[in-house]
Amino acid sequence: MSNDPLLEVENLKTYFFVGDQTFKAVDGVSFNINKGEILSIVGESGSGKSVTSLSILGLVQKQSGKIVDGEIRYNGKDISKLSNKELTSIRGKEISMIFQEPMSSLNPVLTIGFQIIEGIRRHNKISKREAKKRAIELLKQVGIARANEIYDDYPHQLSGGMRQRVMIAIAISCNPNLLIADEPTTALDVTIQAQILDLMKRVKDEFDSSILLITHDLGVVAEMADRVVVMYAGQIVEEAPVKELFDHPKHPYTKGLMESIPKIDEKKKRLNQIEGVVPPSNSFTKGCRFAPRCKFAMPECLEQDIDLEEINKDHKVRCLLYENENNSSTEVN
Amino acid sequence: MTEKIEVNHVGDDNSDYLLRVEGLKKYFPIKTGLFNKTTGHVKAVDDISFNIRKGETFGIVGESGSGKTTLGRTILRLLDPTEGKIIFNGKDMAELKQTELRRTRKDMQMVFQDPYSSLNPRMRVEELIEEPMIIHSDDPQDVRKKRVKKLLDTVGLSGDAARKYPHEFSGGQRQRIGIARALAINPKLIIADEPVSALDVSVQSQVLNLLSDLQEEFNLTYLFIAHDLSVVKHISDRIGVMYLGKMMELGPKDTLYEKPLHPYTEALFSAIPIPDPHLEKERIILEGDIPSPSNPPTGCVFQTRCPYAFDKCRIETPIQKEVDGERLVSCHLYEDAQ
Ligand SMILES: Nc1ncnc2c1ncn2[C@@H]1O[C@H](COP(=O)(O)OP(=O)(O)OP(=O)(O)O)[C@@H](O)[C@H]1O
Ligand SMILES: Nc1ncnc2c1ncn2[C@@H]1O[C@H](COP(=O)(O)OP(=O)(O)OP(=O)(O)O)[C@@H](O)[C@H]1O
Ligand code: SF4
Ligand SMILES: [Mg+2]
Ligand SMILES: [Mg+2]
Repeated sequence: MSNDPLLEVENLKTYFFVGDQTFKAVDGVSFNINKGEILSIVGESGSGKSVTSLSILGLVQKQSGKIVDGEIRYNGKDISKLSNKELTSIRGKEISMIFQEPMSSLNPVLTIGFQIIEGIRRHNKISKREAKKRAIELLKQVGIARANEIYDDYPHQLSGGMRQRVMIAIAISCNPNLLIADEPTTALDVTIQAQILDLMKRVKDEFDSSILLITHDLGVVAEMADRVVVMYAGQIVEEAPVKELFDHPKHPYTKGLMESIPKIDEKKKRLNQIEGVVPPSNSFTKGCRFAPRCKFAMPECLEQDIDLEEINKDHKVRCLLYENENNSSTEVN
Repeated sequence: MTEKIEVNHVGDDNSDYLLRVEGLKKYFPIKTGLFNKTTGHVKAVDDISFNIRKGETFGIVGESGSGKTTLGRTILRLLDPTEGKIIFNGKDMAELKQTELRRTRKDMQMVFQDPYSSLNPRMRVEELIEEPMIIHSDDPQDVRKKRVKKLLDTVGLSGDAARKYPHEFSGGQRQRIGIARALAINPKLIIADEPVSALDVSVQSQVLNLLSDLQEEFNLTYLFIAHDLSVVKHISDRIGVMYLGKMMELGPKDTLYEKPLHPYTEALFSAIPIPDPHLEKERIILEGDIPSPSNPPTGCVFQTRCPYAFDKCRIETPIQKEVDGERLVSCHLYEDAQ
């Protein structure tokens, strides 16, 4: 892992315009992904995780959605304003993506083999035979023992776990530098999830690629991530290296989240709970978006928008409680 | 074909049991071809036995397709059992007459995973909660209305929720409506099938706490079904682990977690990602996929993925054995255990 950013997202704003409503799905998000690292974005439903990743790939629905501000720099070059054609040469080759539901991104009427070699041949000038050989190698690499048989199968003939392996095979077929995985194991059973997470780690080590891993599961985060970004209502509320985040969560939302999940190795009668629900993205008001649910909220929290501030090396928080607190480490209890 | 039902007497026939399930099977026919001939069966629930004590929370975990929902629905008699006994409050459900069955059914209520699809979108919240009382009780309208108010309060919904429709609520609030509805006619047993799986973590904890509070207040017994082991372990007293329609292991939650006996339970627990980045745990990664329940493996159903499988496992189906007093295990490794 190095500290050269492979991807820099700066002040990204992606809005959706539906009727007279504006949905601020992603509202001023900035983060970097370094070479060879796994960065995890964690947050509840609707916090803007998927829209962030779709924005990076230029896949935001054009009818209603738009990147209204910000830059996305890949290897130093802004890719947020590229045409779809220019982006195609990056997608799948430099940056590839795995989705939650592999069925929605696999073509049901084409064989698995065809779909893998299609990607390989789009980005590499090699013969069909060579591509097939490579495809079978890839299937074996992702742990499919019966690679030769599966090659001629259609997606519906495979189990959910197998389909996700195929998606990973396609995603790594051109040795991408960055793999974006949006809830890659959420639809899978836990024993199958363990297989896929293990596979993703091996892929990362083998190809020295970076991974942007989107999930709502703090267990998956702890297991996989080097650094973590916590999103709430379209914004980043906290960012820190994984151990720092779990050892010293700062933002009341992050703390609440960590305390509200049942932990398998814990004996506790009641869970701590965060009251209320996440606000919809067309109704954000001034000030801290978590304030209505926050135990520590003060009147000032609603008076002005709050910045994401660095309070410790590599640890950033968007919360007034830490306003004047550069490099100290007071805790909120 | 007649088969003898294995009955388990763990703790023996104690009248403290609210529900006793003995050798329960639910097979779905697989029909193919022009004449819709039955060519096989999906053994969704295959010879399951367990007991639930009054006031206890019994958790069922298992991966997708293991038969959890089918088990819950068969106990409620929403599905007819293929074989086996369901004894509720000392009465064998199969021997009850129609009116008695109706009365007994009212003592068991279900809370579903997706509160959205289980609530009639054209009914107001107050009507939704009142409906079971109209069906199952002779209470006059004013008594019913009062009870609706009380129930809304109990599950933490404000008074003006009564006049609204389900779509006006968030997922967590809809789950509260579903719970209020289940409570409406004072049930003894609540079968909750993945009640928090569709909810965000911060809302999930609210609903789990609510279920715990209600249990205490109304002395409820829960059968809590979920695939999320951490959630099941949190809420349950004892847990049954299902795989391909079979109960692999059953025991008190802490001993089950601290010392899983069945190789499947062991792998399942080890596969859970723990929210602690300092932990370097040895993970058992099971090979392969879960086989199809329409064509389960011979012998032990876990045999194709089990790291300890030996010859006998491929031929003989292990029977449930009592181990360490309170635990039941179906595995040849524990054949000689007492
Ligand atoms: N096509 C769209 N039109 C209008 N609003 C949209 C659209 N797509 C997303 N949004 C809104 O953007 C917000 C963020 O959505 P996003 O899908 O990024 O959330 P997420 O964090 O990925 O959630 P989940 O965990 O449920 O996948 C949501 O409030 C959503 O309603
Ligand atoms: N009505 C039915 N007809 C035929 N097969 C069925 C029927 N209902 C369930 N099954 C099959 O029975 C098996 C068990 O299904 P069930 O829904 O009980 O599993 P589950 O453990 O609840 O899974 P999940 O975690 O996905 O909810 C599955 O293979 C399913 O396809
Ligand atoms: S019976 Fe055999 S195959 Fe089944 S779990 Fe036990 S050791 Fe494994
Ligand atoms: Mg998403
Ligand atoms: Mg189910």
